[in-house]
Amino acid sequence: MSEAVSALDGATFEGFAKVEETGLRGMITVRGDLASKEMSAAIKAATGAAVPAQRKVTSGDKGAVAWMSPDELLVVVDYASVNETVATMTDGLKGSHALVANVSDARAVFRVSGDSSRDVLAKLAPVDFARDAFGAGDIRRSRIAQVPAAVWGNEDGSFEVICFRSVAQYVFDVLKVSAQPGGDVGFH
Amino acid sequence: MLTLQCPYCGVWAEETELHAEGEAHLKRFGPGSDDADFESYLFMRENPKGVHFERWRHSNGCGKFFHAARCTMTLEVFGTYPAQTLEPPQDIKDKISAKQPGWSWRDFS
Repeated sequence: MSEAVSALDGATFEGFAKVEETGLRGMITVRGDLASKEMSAAIKAATGAAVPAQRKVTSGDKGAVAWMSPDELLVVVDYASVNETVATMTDGLKGSHALVANVSDARAVFRVSGDSSRDVLAKLAPVDFARDAFGAGDIRRSRIAQVPAAVWGNEDGSFEVICFRSVAQYVFDVLKVSAQPGGDVGFH
Repeated sequence: MLTLQCPYCGVWAEETELHAEGEAHLKRFGPGSDDADFESYLFMRENPKGVHFERWRHSNGCGKFFHAARCTMTLEVFGTYPAQTLEPPQDIKDKISAKQPGWSWRDFS
């Protein structure tokens, strides 16, 4: 089997905040009735996490689950275990109207870290990144400059951005420009 | 800038995150309907000065369609509501009536 590589192969940039591509990540799109018992059991079995509330991310011992829309979740696991997780979930949701799809290779993930990481993102997305409005465990689907993206906050204060793999270079470039030394606005 | 709350994800989204999708509450006339109905479904749109109902899509977000009630003259937004409905919910109608008594739009008032 061919060797899987991520979109930018772990590219990094150090400005007034650090921007890095995080490498391969297992991502599974799940659609269905989020309130159903089958869904919470399948999510629990796959990740150990509970079904997240609106615009929240929950995490368990095997991975994290992000709320994407009223009928869609994103399950984030290790790249190596993604096929196994898809199988577990497909099995768990058998008989109910649901979709489980492996989208790992269709996406790119970036991490923005450092004290001014909120400013880096706030320059690019029409989102309120104030500390009391957006923090760890929150997810927001929006846009980064001209392309759709989702951003969530990690416990350590860093942020992760997911976008389509086809626009990975574009997103990395705009994040680089936004984090360029001398461009710190010191707002957040 | 216009800011609408998406009724599905609760986000206060500004215009660049949304896409305008035309008039709300259109009744579709498809194959087999008479020509006048089909023409009015395809081409005849309201262009009011005042209360208006529009369809929007949270395109850079959850991707869902929703409806918004707003005034084209004052740019006031009366509210947004899910698209799975044939007419505006009563609480939105009440809000409009409080601000603009005697309003009407197509068959609604």
